[in-house]
Amino acid sequence: MSKLIRMDQTGHSTLAEWTPGDPVAVEAAVEAFRAELERGYLAMVSTGPGHAEQVRELPVDAPLVILRLPIAGG
Amino acid sequence: MAVEAQPLEVLPEAAAVHWRPRVDDARLRYLGGLWTLTTVGHVVPFAAAAAVLMWLQPLALPVALACLAHAWVIPELYAQRGANVVRPRRRAAEEPERRSVGLLGDLVGHEARELHARTGLVLERGRLGTWLVGEAGAVLLHGRRRRAYCYCVKVDARAVAEATGDGELPSGDRIAHLLLALRADEQGFATVANLTFAGARWRLRRRLAMPLRPALDAAVTSIDTVSSPLG
Repeated sequence: MSKLIRMDQTGHSTLAEWTPGDPVAVEAAVEAFRAELERGYLAMVSTGPGHAEQVRELPVDAPLVILRLPIAGG
Repeated sequence: MAVEAQPLEVLPEAAAVHWRPRVDDARLRYLGGLWTLTTVGHVVPFAAAAAVLMWLQPLALPVALACLAHAWVIPELYAQRGANVVRPRRRAAEEPERRSVGLLGDLVGHEARELHARTGLVLERGRLGTWLVGEAGAVLLHGRRRRAYCYCVKVDARAVAEATGDGELPSGDRIAHLLLALRADEQGFATVANLTFAGARWRLRRRLAMPLRPALDAAVTSIDTVSSPLG
């Protein structure tokens, strides 16, 4: 079961859960994914220990997609 | 329908600081050298002034001592500014804190999780060096001499306000944001962040709060373990 989660003031919220074989769940996840990107979130997937990649389309096979906000120098 | 993931190699936030040279090993060495020159530029004139005053007129001892105090205080203030980047921030409510730390724990290994529980900092090895990531900044130990580079960087406050209203992110999420950005593009991360201090590790360690010092020690040990042919 893959998950789309957003880091927010609650700790994190699970926005969607899907399996690649369930097109309805995937479609709902894609919609949620795009809506969050439009709100300014950036999507990240882990690509091994110590590595992550930013993605602009929902990687359906990824077990976990995390939405983060932009960072800036303090 | 979804398509294959298309990785983006450069941190998008780097576009906001397009005038900055992208940080790499050479850039770090250059910046480190500048910081050393700055420190020397502060210390030597004050120390020399103290010596000359004493040579000219021993009764000027109080003024000479004031000069020496300046020579000592100014580098310490810079180191303090560096240490402040990893100072813990205000905590959110208990439940969000717990959830955010749980997510952060899923992103790191057992040792980093344990170190975070003890110090509030996450140790992360990168290509530029070893990082200690905090809630509003990170420390990079770079090079053979393990010079410390302190970066002030945090989740964009405007983005937080737009996304959460007046809510604040819990500590684990603040660190996870920085960690994911660092993992996606380490050089971009160092470019976006503001360098607040670069200097000897011992100078930084002295200014760190006691509970945070084990994290710096663990980072050094981590580098030595990786570097050692026996490690």
